[in-house]
Amino acid sequence: MKKVFGRPESLTEVPFTYCPGCHHGIAHRLVAEVLDEFKVRENTIGVCPVGCSVFAYLFFNVDMICAAHGRAPATATGIKRVKPDSIVFTYQGDGDLASIGTAEIVHAANRGENITVIFINNAIYGMTGGQMAPTTLVGQVTQTSPYGRDPKTMGYPIKMAEMLSTLKRAAYISRVALNKPANIIKAKKSIKKAFQVQLDKKGFSMVEILSTCPTNWGLSPIEASKWLEENMIPYFPLGEFRTPEEVA
Amino acid sequence: MLEEVIIAGFGGQGLMLMGRLLAYAGMLEGEKVAWMPSYGPEMRGGTANCTVIISSEEIASPVVHYPKSVIAMNGPSLDKFEETVQKDGLIVVNSSLVEREVNRNDVAVVRVPANDIANKLGNLKVANMVVLGAYVKKSGVVKLETIFKVLEKTLTGPKQKLIDINKEALKQGAELVIE
Amino acid sequence: MGEKMLMKGNEAIGEAAIRAGCRYYFGYPITPQSELTAYMAKKLLKMKDAAFVQAESEIAAINMVYGAASTGVRVMTSSSSPGISLKQEGISYITCSEIPCVVVNMQRGGPGLGDIQPAQSDYFQAVKGGGHGDYHLIVLAPSSVQELVDLTMDAFDLADKYTNPAMILGDGLLGQMMEAVEFKERPKVELPDKSGWNLTGCKGREHRYVVSFDLDPNILEKWNLNINEKYKKLKEKEVRYEAVNLENADLVIVAYGTVARIAKTTIQMAKKEGINIGLIRPITLFPFPEKIIASTAVKTKKFLTVEMSLGQMVEDVKLAVNGKAEVNFYGRAGGIIPSPEEILKEAKKYL
Repeated sequence: MKKVFGRPESLTEVPFTYCPGCHHGIAHRLVAEVLDEFKVRENTIGVCPVGCSVFAYLFFNVDMICAAHGRAPATATGIKRVKPDSIVFTYQGDGDLASIGTAEIVHAANRGENITVIFINNAIYGMTGGQMAPTTLVGQVTQTSPYGRDPKTMGYPIKMAEMLSTLKRAAYISRVALNKPANIIKAKKSIKKAFQVQLDKKGFSMVEILSTCPTNWGLSPIEASKWLEENMIPYFPLGEFRTPEEVA
Repeated sequence: MLEEVIIAGFGGQGLMLMGRLLAYAGMLEGEKVAWMPSYGPEMRGGTANCTVIISSEEIASPVVHYPKSVIAMNGPSLDKFEETVQKDGLIVVNSSLVEREVNRNDVAVVRVPANDIANKLGNLKVANMVVLGAYVKKSGVVKLETIFKVLEKTLTGPKQKLIDINKEALKQGAELVIE
Repeated sequence: MGEKMLMKGNEAIGEAAIRAGCRYYFGYPITPQSELTAYMAKKLLKMKDAAFVQAESEIAAINMVYGAASTGVRVMTSSSSPGISLKQEGISYITCSEIPCVVVNMQRGGPGLGDIQPAQSDYFQAVKGGGHGDYHLIVLAPSSVQELVDLTMDAFDLADKYTNPAMILGDGLLGQMMEAVEFKERPKVELPDKSGWNLTGCKGREHRYVVSFDLDPNILEKWNLNINEKYKKLKEKEVRYEAVNLENADLVIVAYGTVARIAKTTIQMAKKEGINIGLIRPITLFPFPEKIIASTAVKTKKFLTVEMSLGQMVEDVKLAVNGKAEVNFYGRAGGIIPSPEEILKEAKKYL
């Protein structure tokens, strides 16, 4: 019988530890599939963050390093500068990338570091148990915005993809979502494009992935996907914000 | 042999360069040398100084509070360092900018109208070399020829054309010192 | 090689690093060490298989070091006191990950933004760990431009040998001054192979990872104990110091770096007055030269620790002396350099 579905080689046999309905698993798989398709698994070094995906080094079947909170783009810069022909990616959450690591992501993009950033935006801090993220929506209730995010004192959710796409050396910036099959297919295409940009040595690439956090949102997986569709996508529009064609 | 000299003046008078040339020359003559700049905001135009030590022995403290010699390129520097010079030491003064006399009578004094000489040579910037020439001649700490050699080693490329005027300035400074 | 060059301390460190095979530097400008950053830019940007990045912050710089070092190359960052504080998180991670790198601290007056004059007030931070967790850096304290060269090269070897960051603890004066230096031919040192842990891409082997955490306290305790074993070995094998005039000394000064040099002038001045002063100059601050201090304490009953701080290394001197002799302290703070005369005056108080 012909095998039509299997585990990508770029994932290990270690079972994911993510909550049911969390999109990290899908995001991991898409990245792994892309690494397989480009046949670069053995030449890849991944950088995982602090946050729920801190254990990504156990799941990706590639060489990995776990960076300090927010510093993955800097750590990736160090690796890529030594090994310009390796494929280097970071995998970061919204607290990691858009809060504590804002300086690192902005400057890695501005230098046009030839790395690929996978940015998981689920509008909340997962690992620490559901606190406000820089991408938490206005009015959204979290442990540290118990009366809802009030923009007067907490600001508005940061649109990282839009912000970074103002930088000339950012070659590819997109935002995708994983809440339904059609979006997952688009997400995979976008991730593939981002790694293609790196393979072509065109500079910095980032895919912002809107994802769910059913546990900390207090919703079932299906409700969470719906909430993402109805609340996140209107504020965080999907699409490509910068492509290599514009850079050239 | 042990010489400790503080070279002081305005930022921009080429003090650091004087010190570096002197240290370099000392090194070429086989001595131990140390060059210590004052650094910080004064680098950007206020008063500045550097210390040069040339010694046949290992140099212990690079910081000198009571030098054997002082080169005062302007008035405030003479005010600041005159009292610190060791007895029987040497004070070299840029008399184009320092109007007053040196008060100490237990040290040797050489007055060099450096700016005037440099102006006559056509480049005010070499006033520092005029003073350095006088100091080197008077102190005998290194040979003037060694300073020439250092100039040849350091002024390379487009700066090479500056060697002659610098040498001339050094010579004219040295000639002011009567043996 | 072998030719004497007149070099500024900061630039000499850069040249020494490059000659030691360091081709990767990540840093951020700060007085009084900026010449080192500039020197690395000038050299490395023109070299093949090399990189210089002016990072957006000290924090980013040390994390770039983390990434680069994880691939197994020699890598360096440098800063001065406030910037070194910012690097502490990264240094702690690198130490736990057990990868080598070299960090240079050309100290300036503190605390806070302090000033830009030379100081030795980061001793605790350098020697006792600095960041969070149970760890040490290998800390080398040069006292001349030549030693900046030699110890920078040694720092790379020691870091590789013990897979632990090494720190050059200098100060603004050493960084700014010029002295004659020689880049001597060095004997070849056998160093451990990095191919067992460095990240290269997993071609032909299982994937591997560099991390600095394990949520199982039993494993993390073992990990700590393993790291601690290296510190024991360092204490056994790598202690270095200079001893001057210890025979029949009426008093022994303990000082490192710039202050040790100044104390040497004090010793010469004292000799002229018929006073016998000795000096112990720790060259490695971690591991600290405890034994020589302990054995000297049996013969000489009076110690004077002199620092450009208000009393940091003196605590380690007291631990080493262990009550066997009197330990006095003299320090200047805020970027003031003590003069040989004032150290002598201080020493006389105890004679």
